[in-house]
Amino acid sequence: MKNMNKSTQKLLSTIGVIVVLYIVLSVMEGTGNLSSLLSGLLVPVCAYSLVAVGLNLCVGYLGELSLGHAGFMCVGAFASAFFSKVFMNTIPDVPRFILSLLIGTCFAALFGFLIAIPVLRLSGDYLAIVTLAFGEIIKNVINVIYIGMDSKGLHFSMKDMLSLGMEPGGTLVVNGAQGITGTPRQSTFTLAVILLILALVITHNFVNSRTGRAVKAIRDNQIAAETVGLPITKYKLIAFTISAAIAGVGGVLYAHNINSLIATTNNFGYNMSIMILVYVVLGGIGNFSGSVVAAVVLTLLPELLRGLSTYRMLIYSIVLIALMLFNWAPSILEYRNKHGLTAAAIAAKFKKKNTKEVS
Amino acid sequence: MGFLTYLINGLSLGSVYAIIALGYTMVYGIAKMLNFAHGDVIMIGAYVTFIGMSSSGIPAVPAIVISIIVCTALGMLIEKVAYSPLRKATNLAVLITAIGVSYFLQNIALLLFGSNPVSFTSVVKWQGLSLAGGQLKITGNAIVTIISCLIIMVCLMWFVKHTKPGQAMRAVSEDRDAATLMGINVNATISLTFAIGSGLAAVAGALLCSSYPSLTPYTGSMPGIKAFTAAVFGGIGSIPGALLGGLLLGIIEILAKAYISSQLADAIVFAVLIIVLLVKPTGILGKQIKEKV
Repeated sequence: MKNMNKSTQKLLSTIGVIVVLYIVLSVMEGTGNLSSLLSGLLVPVCAYSLVAVGLNLCVGYLGELSLGHAGFMCVGAFASAFFSKVFMNTIPDVPRFILSLLIGTCFAALFGFLIAIPVLRLSGDYLAIVTLAFGEIIKNVINVIYIGMDSKGLHFSMKDMLSLGMEPGGTLVVNGAQGITGTPRQSTFTLAVILLILALVITHNFVNSRTGRAVKAIRDNQIAAETVGLPITKYKLIAFTISAAIAGVGGVLYAHNINSLIATTNNFGYNMSIMILVYVVLGGIGNFSGSVVAAVVLTLLPELLRGLSTYRMLIYSIVLIALMLFNWAPSILEYRNKHGLTAAAIAAKFKKKNTKEVS
Repeated sequence: MGFLTYLINGLSLGSVYAIIALGYTMVYGIAKMLNFAHGDVIMIGAYVTFIGMSSSGIPAVPAIVISIIVCTALGMLIEKVAYSPLRKATNLAVLITAIGVSYFLQNIALLLFGSNPVSFTSVVKWQGLSLAGGQLKITGNAIVTIISCLIIMVCLMWFVKHTKPGQAMRAVSEDRDAATLMGINVNATISLTFAIGSGLAAVAGALLCSSYPSLTPYTGSMPGIKAFTAAVFGGIGSIPGALLGGLLLGIIEILAKAYISSQLADAIVFAVLIIVLLVKPTGILGKQIKEKV
């Protein structure tokens, strides 16, 4: 009970910091003190944070590495942008966005669920590579989809624009590799922050719920968890689906913040999955607030220090390797224990109570 | 004749996959880790060969030899710095480190060589054969690739079966602790495995870029992942399996490109991976692994 209170306190303080930052940034934006570069990054930062929180649920609590979360983000983005585009003139702005948010999330969750059924039979390296494969398949398939709309309804093709057979007045909604253009730009910073806080609350409640404890038990020792009668597959599916759904929300935000939505390696492929993974690892595996901090810092820092942008990816990779060695290499752990460099010892130095560690 | 041409192209691409897959399969069999950075070692190897041939004007064979030496050293260095400290750590930590190394190599190459593709000159000067009255053309690249793949495969199988270091490798892959007790230097054996795999990656890089001449820092990552698919397809840990998986995958990819859709070819290859892992996770020639409590 005491432990739970502590983690709730931590959550509340994180939300407090986010709200304060939100107010400061909004005031700065309102008074014109924010550079256009920075204000353009506000929504993407929240979107990346959301995906990182989603991936952290998978890596930190399910204990499985997914390299396909950019794929779920992609599904959420395209499903919601498609909906918004189709009902652009028939449904008013606000209910349409709420609906498209729901649709994006549900589609990402559905894909997460469908992919999880086969994937969760595997584990470790195989699971990582299969999620990577799924992410690439999603990206490739979206790049060959053409959907047009005219008075007769929707037309679908996987070949090219002409084979849609549309009426002359029809509009092209999804244009293959050119993606979806003209999505209404409805993702505001306020909305993004609300969704991010919501995701933090949901994940926090989830990992501390009965289901969440079961998921952690499975992560720590699957065979023991199975022996005490936990339905492994069910809990794994739940965790993976929620994780995918949160990534989908990130995708919805991302899609409604840009004019033309296309699926490339950099925004929805392997590279994005790795970037999100860096956020998760740097923020601390299993630490949701950490993921948000890492996403914010790593997105804003290179933009603020323009000179570093060439080296950004290089620095990311070095950070990734160094952190892994620092946290996991037995010889380094021994050295840290000897010289009082463990997380607990450092935290104690700052006159704080020992933070709860998730290993 | 179209089909035959595709088949030969598929065999040629499959041979490259097979050589790359060898690196994966040996490392996976012996160190029990997925070396994500293997594909990027190929890219580095291709760049070294390219620089040797075009900038320094060295003939193809010495350029490849230099590239093999560089890649071997690189592979051993990566193993020493990044992987060996984590030998007793969890799988997740090793995997994330490997991804980090892969990313590191890509970005180092990006800084050194730039993001613009360079056009690789083929290491094979021979134009190839023209059969059936010019209807069936087999390029020199394809012939050299297939033959070198077969030679490498035979040599490696002989090496693993009949030499002391090869036997040590098999022992380590069977049971690391028991091998240590038998006086086998496990660290040296794993290092040797990385050296061989990375050396082969250099050969694969030169052959791959001879057939597909556009070389960028990202050239290696896709073939790397596909070759891993091939290794899993054939049964991870098995050398003939790597050959079989590589060839099959190459043929599937080229035929999918020709007859289904060039944009969906990658998706089809990955679908093969998923199906294989779900239906027969041990691959075609893999051994059944029992799960121990």
